[in-house]
Amino acid sequence: MSDTLTSGTPASRRPTREELEAMPLAPPAATGLAEVMRRRYLLRMLVRNTIQSRYQGTVLGWMWSYLQPAVRFCMFYFLFQVMVGRGGGMENFAVHLFAGMVVVHFFTETFNGGTQSLIQNRTLITKLPVPREMFPVSRMLVSAWHTIPMLVILVFVIVLLGWAPDPVGMAAMLLGFSLTALLGLALGLVFSVANVFMRDFGKVAQTLTQFVTFSVPMMYPYTLVLAKFGEPIASYYLFNPIAVAVLLFQRAFWTGTTSDPSYTEALHLPDHLFTRGLIMTLISLVLVVLAQRLFSRLESRVPERL
Amino acid sequence: MTTMIQVEHATKSFTMSYHRSLKQIALAKARGRKTHDVFNAVDDVSFTVQEGESVGLMGLNGSGKSTLLKLISGVMRPDSGSVLTRGRIAGLIATGAGFDTQLSGRDNLYLNAAILGMSRAETDRKFDEIVDFADLGKFLDTEVAYYSSGMKARLGFAVAINVDADIFIADEALAVGDRPFKRKCKKRMDEIVKSGVTMFYVSHAPGSVRNLCDRVLVLDKGRLAFDGDVDEGIAFLHYDDEDENDKSRGADDGLGADI
Repeated sequence: MSDTLTSGTPASRRPTREELEAMPLAPPAATGLAEVMRRRYLLRMLVRNTIQSRYQGTVLGWMWSYLQPAVRFCMFYFLFQVMVGRGGGMENFAVHLFAGMVVVHFFTETFNGGTQSLIQNRTLITKLPVPREMFPVSRMLVSAWHTIPMLVILVFVIVLLGWAPDPVGMAAMLLGFSLTALLGLALGLVFSVANVFMRDFGKVAQTLTQFVTFSVPMMYPYTLVLAKFGEPIASYYLFNPIAVAVLLFQRAFWTGTTSDPSYTEALHLPDHLFTRGLIMTLISLVLVVLAQRLFSRLESRVPERL
Repeated sequence: MTTMIQVEHATKSFTMSYHRSLKQIALAKARGRKTHDVFNAVDDVSFTVQEGESVGLMGLNGSGKSTLLKLISGVMRPDSGSVLTRGRIAGLIATGAGFDTQLSGRDNLYLNAAILGMSRAETDRKFDEIVDFADLGKFLDTEVAYYSSGMKARLGFAVAINVDADIFIADEALAVGDRPFKRKCKKRMDEIVKSGVTMFYVSHAPGSVRNLCDRVLVLDKGRLAFDGDVDEGIAFLHYDDEDENDKSRGADDGLGADI
C-alpha cells in the first residue's frame, strides 16, 4: 500500500519506472495503530457505517439513541427519587447513577465490542489486507459516539436542576473519558486477538463487564464502601480504574447539581481524585502500547484461526 | 527492470487442531493420540517478479496457491523467509468481501473502495465508471440485502477492477454474472494486461493462463515445482490434455467459468 492512494493520480495512468523505483520494496500490508491512523478515511467509514446500520429499518432512526437512554433515566428517577425516596439520603441520586452509567456503558461496549470485533469481521480479515487493529479501534469510537446521546440527556436534566459547567468539572470529564477509552481499547485489543485463539476469552470479557457494573460507585456512593469496609479495602477499591473514571464523571456532572457542591465533593469523593485519574490514564496509555505489541505478535496467526 | 514482488524462502505453516476443548485434549493425550498437526502450506518458496511480468500461478487443489496469494496480498505473513512487494496491490481477490448488507449499494461501494485502499477523492473520481460497470440501475441506492447474488458480485467486481494497482492480483473465481457481464470483465482484464501492469494470476484454466500470462509458476504440496514458460508449465501439470475441451467451450470460458 503506497502513498499514491492519497496523492490522487489521474485515473488509469501507469506509474513510470522512476516512480515505481521510488517506492520501497516492503511487506505488502502495513499493520499497527499507526497504520490505522494513516488510513483514517477507512476508519471513519467503518465507524459511520456501524452507527448507521444500528437503527437501520426503524422508523424513528437515530431518535432511538436518545429515546432509550431517556427512558432509562426516567426509570431511575422514578425508582430512586420517587419510590425509594432520595436515594438513601443522597441528593439527585438519579444523576449520580446516570453519570456513572455513561462511563460503564462506554467501557463495557468498548471492551465487549472490541473483544468480538475480529470474529465479527472474519470475512474481511481472512480475505483482504486491512490493519487488524482497525476493528477494536473502530468499536471504541462507535461506543464513544453512542455516549453522546446519553451525555446530552444527562446535561439537559442537570441544567434543569441548576447545574452550570465549571472548568474543573470539564477537565474531570475529559480525564475520565480518556481513561475509559484507553483502558477499554487496551483490553479490547488483547481480548479480541485472544478470543480468536480461544473463544473462552469472549466469555471472560462478558463476566468481567458484569462485574464492572457492581464494582463502581454508581448504584451506591463511594462513602458506602468506606463506611462498610473501612480503610484498606476502600483503597483497594480505588485501584479499579473504572471506579475512578465514574467518580470523575460524578465530579463533572453530579456534585454541581447538589445544593452545596464543595460539601458533596468532600463527603462523597475520595482525596486526590485527579492525581489518581491522571496516573491511571498514563498507565492505560502504556497498556495500549503493550497491548499493541502483543496484538502484533499474535495477529499473524489470526486469519488462519478465524 | 524493477522488482515488484520478491519472495525469499517463504514458509507458512498451519496448525490443524483435532481437539479444542479441555476435555477432548485431555482424552486425546491420555490415549496417546495427536492433538494437533503442523504442515507447511507454503514451503520454502522463492521467486521474483519484475515490472510488467504477467505470472500465472497454477497447481492442484490444496497445493498452496491461495496461501501464497494471501502472503503476497498481505492477508497473511510468512512464518519464515520474506515476502516483499512494491506499490499498491489490488485486484480480483475476494471481491465484495466486507459488504454490509444493511447498507445501500452506494455506501458499500465507498466502503469497499476504502477497504481496497482508495481515498475518498479517488472513489469520487471513479464513481461513474464503477457504477457504469456494475450496471445496477436504480438498485444503487437499495440495501445490498435485497440484491441478487449476481448483482452483489457485479458490484464487488466493479469496485475491485477499477482500483489502480501497481501489482494486479486475480484469483480465478471470476465466474460472476451473466454472459454479457463476463464479456465485459474479459475485455477489462485484457485492457489491464495490455496496460503493462505487473500481474499475478491464480487459475486452473490453461486457456486463460495462456491468454493472460507470460510465465507460469506451479506449486506442488507447497513447494515451487516449476517456474518458467507458460506452455511448459501447463504441460508440467498435465493440464494440456484437456485443451480440446477448452477450445470447444468458446472464447468467454477463458475467464472463470471453469471451476
